[in-house]
Amino acid sequence: MNVVYFAWVRERIGLPQETVDTGAATVKDLIAELSAREDRYAAAFADISALRVALDQELADFDAPLSGVQEVAFFPPMTGG
Amino acid sequence: MTVRVQSEPFDAGAELNSFAHGRTDVGAVVSFTGVVRDTKGDLQEMLIEHYPGMTENAIGKIADEAVQRWALADVLVIHRYGPLKPGEPIMMVATASAHRAAAFEAADSLMDYLKSRAPFWKKEITAQGASWVDAKDADEDALKRW
Repeated sequence: MNVVYFAWVRERIGLPQETVDTGAATVKDLIAELSAREDRYAAAFADISALRVALDQELADFDAPLSGVQEVAFFPPMTGG
Repeated sequence: MTVRVQSEPFDAGAELNSFAHGRTDVGAVVSFTGVVRDTKGDLQEMLIEHYPGMTENAIGKIADEAVQRWALADVLVIHRYGPLKPGEPIMMVATASAHRAAAFEAADSLMDYLKSRAPFWKKEITAQGASWVDAKDADEDALKRW
């Protein structure tokens, strides 16, 4: 699964994207798995209310299942316009 | 419908002149141009990051919905990314419809959605350092108007 990060999430984790080999069932499970890896992940995911997630480029909930998903993106609330 | 996501500058006047040009069914054209604002007098650069692919799809969907809801004759969205200087246009929206109410409302709604639902992030670079612009609750609340 391709996992991509944007804005301060990317800066905190220190990379724009990575391939993650995971059996996580939901976004929350994936976050728990990544947070357990290293402090920089735990720091980025400390407050998920400050984050948004997209599955295959569509905004999704943190409870959403990951089955069949190819790309997960984590980022802060958007500031376009 | 035209959606462009680009790093290059654009000429808002020229874009507006060619938008819906020659359409005799159009009675109203409304446009909005967003400009990089130096709020504290110390902004050196605004850096705009986006999510290639999702950006175009999200804007396309937002524009499609506006076309359906307000029966627009045409819609234009241009949004830049990369480093921008204070005073430079960031983005523009134009809507064309038979009557002005639809064009005004559609442009207003498009702006609210582009602010909170198009995957862009702004970073301000000043002499003191760099900081990401936080999303405002008011921007999220604005979506409830629609």
